[in-house]
Amino acid sequence: MAEIIERLEMNHITKRFPGVLALDDVTMNLQKGEVLALLGENGAGNTTLMNILYGLYHQDEGNVLLNDKKIQVQGPLDALEYGIGMVHQHFMLVPNMTVLENIALGMYQRTRFKMDLEKVRKRVLEVADRYNLTVKPDAYIWQLSVGEQQRVELVKVLTLGANLLILDEPTAALTPQQTDALIDLLRQMITQDTSIIFISHKLNEVKAVSDRVAVLRNGGLVFEGATKDHSAEDLAEKMAGREISYPKTSKKEEYGRPILQIEKVVAEGDQGTDSLQGVSVEVRSGEIVGIAGVSGNGQRELADVINGIRPVKEGRIQLDGVDISNYNPQQIIDLGMGYIPEDRMHEGTIPSFTVRENLIMKDYRQEPLAKNFFLRKGQIDDHAASLIDSFKVKTPSMATSCASLSGGNIQKVILAREITRKPKALVAAYPIRGLDIGASEYVHSQLIQAREEGMAVLLISEELDELLDLCDRIAVMYEGKVLDVLPREECTKQELGLLMAGVSHGKE
Amino acid sequence: MEKNKADNYRYLAVSVIIVLASLLIALLLGAFLFLIAGANPFEAYGVMLTQPLDGLFGITEMLVRAAPLMLVGLGIAIAFRSGILNIGGEGQIMLGVIFGTAVGLALPEMPKIVLVPVIFLSAFIGGGIWAGIAGWMRAYLNVNEILSTVMLNYIAIQVYLYLLRGPLIDPKEVSYGTGVPQSAPLPEAAWLTRFIRGFRLHSGLVIAIVLAVIVFLFLWKTTVGYRMRAVGAEPKAATYSGMNVKRNLVLAMVLSGGFAGMAGAVEVLGVHHRALESISAGYGFSGIVVALFGGLHPLGIIPASAVFGLLIVGSDMMQRAVEVPASIILAIQGLIILAIVSSNIFLRNPKLRDRLFKLLGGGKEAKIDPEGGRA
Amino acid sequence: MILEIIIGVIISGIPLSASLLFASLGEMFSQRSGVFNLGTEGIMMLSAFVGFYVVYIIGSPVLGILAAMAIGGLMGMLMALVSVTFKAQQGISGIGLYMFGWGVSGTLFRVYVGGVTNIDGIGKVAIPVLMDIPVIGQILFNQNPMVYLAYLLVPVSGYVLFRTSWGLKVRAVGTTPQAADTLGVSVERIRYQCVTLGGMMSGLAGAYLSIGQAQMFADNLTAGRGFIAVALVYFGRWKPVGIMWGALLFSMAHALQRSIQVYGIDFPYEIAVATPYVLVILVLALTYKGRSLGPLALGKPYNREFRG
Repeated sequence: MAEIIERLEMNHITKRFPGVLALDDVTMNLQKGEVLALLGENGAGNTTLMNILYGLYHQDEGNVLLNDKKIQVQGPLDALEYGIGMVHQHFMLVPNMTVLENIALGMYQRTRFKMDLEKVRKRVLEVADRYNLTVKPDAYIWQLSVGEQQRVELVKVLTLGANLLILDEPTAALTPQQTDALIDLLRQMITQDTSIIFISHKLNEVKAVSDRVAVLRNGGLVFEGATKDHSAEDLAEKMAGREISYPKTSKKEEYGRPILQIEKVVAEGDQGTDSLQGVSVEVRSGEIVGIAGVSGNGQRELADVINGIRPVKEGRIQLDGVDISNYNPQQIIDLGMGYIPEDRMHEGTIPSFTVRENLIMKDYRQEPLAKNFFLRKGQIDDHAASLIDSFKVKTPSMATSCASLSGGNIQKVILAREITRKPKALVAAYPIRGLDIGASEYVHSQLIQAREEGMAVLLISEELDELLDLCDRIAVMYEGKVLDVLPREECTKQELGLLMAGVSHGKE
Repeated sequence: MEKNKADNYRYLAVSVIIVLASLLIALLLGAFLFLIAGANPFEAYGVMLTQPLDGLFGITEMLVRAAPLMLVGLGIAIAFRSGILNIGGEGQIMLGVIFGTAVGLALPEMPKIVLVPVIFLSAFIGGGIWAGIAGWMRAYLNVNEILSTVMLNYIAIQVYLYLLRGPLIDPKEVSYGTGVPQSAPLPEAAWLTRFIRGFRLHSGLVIAIVLAVIVFLFLWKTTVGYRMRAVGAEPKAATYSGMNVKRNLVLAMVLSGGFAGMAGAVEVLGVHHRALESISAGYGFSGIVVALFGGLHPLGIIPASAVFGLLIVGSDMMQRAVEVPASIILAIQGLIILAIVSSNIFLRNPKLRDRLFKLLGGGKEAKIDPEGGRA
Repeated sequence: MILEIIIGVIISGIPLSASLLFASLGEMFSQRSGVFNLGTEGIMMLSAFVGFYVVYIIGSPVLGILAAMAIGGLMGMLMALVSVTFKAQQGISGIGLYMFGWGVSGTLFRVYVGGVTNIDGIGKVAIPVLMDIPVIGQILFNQNPMVYLAYLLVPVSGYVLFRTSWGLKVRAVGTTPQAADTLGVSVERIRYQCVTLGGMMSGLAGAYLSIGQAQMFADNLTAGRGFIAVALVYFGRWKPVGIMWGALLFSMAHALQRSIQVYGIDFPYEIAVATPYVLVILVLALTYKGRSLGPLALGKPYNREFRG
């Protein structure tokens, strides 16, 4: 077993990747029984720093001291031997193996043949008992909910002997109530000689659970201190490096006619069961309606059916009065639907194509960009140039491939393409996921602009702040149904949180 | 924009250098094979790479080989760029030969200007159908197209032999009792013009080059070509943009097989003037190497097919000179494929790319990918 | 006469299945770890030749088999180098390896042997007593020892894959490599091991063809078996028992085709020869209906994300 970690230091850590300085002389420390939060935007360097601690990367400069002894973490095996364990943002579990098998995967590093699952079972149950974490050892991972999977990850890392837990964005896929439960759990773990570092960009959780907080920005440590001494706004400014203004919308006197009408839609998911079990929601012209809910409750399938990528089993979808249920994607695009998909790199753009080629992806067949099946270079170049200019896409040239652009700029390309087509309805799925604050502000301002111009915007998001800032009305999805649609003024985070967890008051 | 043009050329140069390096590595490894086969590699390569260029015979033969290689290579480039791997060239060539020969023998009275295009079209249809089977199975049944096209190759050989020994056999073979499996000769109106008396160089080469230019225009200047490249590059994004991925996959395979079919027509009309047993001569596989070597780009495939024409003719000459069977070139082609696909990692490795880029005089802006990179 | 044909088909089907079984079980390990090796045909061709040649020169079938396995392992390692270290596209790399094996075997055969030459390979070994059981005795207990080995490998592979810690790692690496990586399992090393093992078993398959079954070498000895073996892995749903049934199915179809010719039934020779390949296509078309329970990471090179 590893020795208990009394004190951990990471001193002057620098890490370079091709073309980017990921970490610049970062120093931090941790005492036993402490909860340290690493706060920062996506790309600030938090995950990289922890990956170094866990041995997945190696630092270019700097050292790591464990209990005042210099250590060299070569890989996850070493890390676990030192007592350092990590739970990643996207769970590292094999879906078609059982909980026991997943944990056993980490236990037999030295042996090739022997495998005693009963011994593993004993250890797992001991750990689960000690930390009060319930797990079902023989369940397959694909059968478990997100919350249960996270518990498996925690049990796994504790069974493998970790007493320093690194948690990367642990609450990303949880409802507010589940988050509270996790926070309680973490507090309990501290009493068992466990130390915790967690990475987050969610200020309220950082405030709720951490003792100390370190803020990273662009690879450098900009601030470190006791959590209770600083307000959330204070920390937010330190994260972004400037004062942030959150664009907000205000209630309108009147909205236009219904543009997007989804009526009792039933659709099958990828596993063969119905992911949408009778969803109804309506978006009017000049309105932003939000779809709140934990990822995995049918949001992806809803976006799919609206855009013609998934068949509608029952129910109806109308776009400005036209029944588009089960139309193919091309027809729906032609009728005036815009879509900002969840995965900007693989669904929204073609990474190996140039910016110019990506900008014409929906209009390449029409005049003036094409004539008689031939693409017209001059027209395409002009069109692309004007889009790049008006949306301020930062790119060396329009002939640069989209893969080289930053996340924010890729999203700008998508926005430019979708919005300038002046669609009647616009579906935006998790549009600011993984973007820094500057890019997020820009995306939001564009969505607000679209609303001003009379588009009907359907915004799917996990961030309650985003929804409360932008939406006129918010619908909550749970297990394939819309539980309730509330006007923004009537929404509180608590109320939304309950709905997200499936607790409804019976209104439909 | 000027700087960018120069940079793009520099990037092209980087890609070319890396591809040539792969060729070199493959040839080096091939040298070991020559040693094992008991020959002097220097002597062998010397003959193989230079003797064809020594006289008119070598040069014309090289170009004779280049025509079918180019056509198969073009077809493969279309398929690969559309996201589907066509390994069925051998079989598609044979189906092209069958269709083309049958039509040619059935229309003996037609004038050349009608007969030749009609035969090419029939060959295109034959190869296209054969490839289309695999394309359809991939698009609608998610069957691995490499397995299906390879199986179709084996089936095609049998079908071809059956026809050549039976329904399509030259009546003269039957009446003389010799039984050689080959078809009757095609009417002279179908024969492609030969440029130089006494040598086999024929107008098929010109046809192939024209088609190469057409393929280039098709893939980069038309809406259909744009769509096919999009489907190949990122099928998910293509779907979300309204493109029908399945239909485009099938179309790509049909076009790919059609080109291979036309390669068969070129061999029949230009070289042998009838259908014979080993007419495909491995072009179905060599065409894959030509396509990769040419960067999956028509303008690269034109010179690449000449290079491989050289290697094929050279290996025949080498066999006579150092007595190593010409089949060694097949092994070397395999090594070339392995080297080229391995080189991709170096192309994508920013450090190496940057270093080469700077060596060629480029500046610091090293994050750009060349337009139209490989699939 | 029908019964005669059926028994004849079963008796000759079993030995015909051995080469498919060896190659397919090996490919199963490779695919379970996430790499599909279409060069299997090329490996079989070259190792068939090497095995044959060693027996031809030295006279020891055992050494021939070992040599064939060694060559298979080396070619497997080459495939691993190209697909795992260089992260090249696996389909094309496999075809490159196929052409390489095909070319080398053809060339060396012509250089060193030249014509059709028979060797004294390994013949049938009858198990006493058991062999005398009517009907079944001939079928099951009078086979080439390599055939017994092939069928023995079915439960052995199953045990290794599902009951050892190595097998656990293989399955993890082929489904969710990042899960294995973050626990300290070397994704690259496991894949190298599996692809090399696959190569060795394909080598064994080739050796069986030239030393056990045909007892000679010719250009078209393998006749696409390597590709069929890859297809069988899908058909058998990446499980040894499923693969075994697939191998038997194909071999019996092949045996049936042969016996049709022997019995002089009027059927065009070439169409009969094409039948097994048509069968493969039909099976591929029908198998894909089911939801894929196979290794989810199959065909995708693994790369720790280099994003900050």
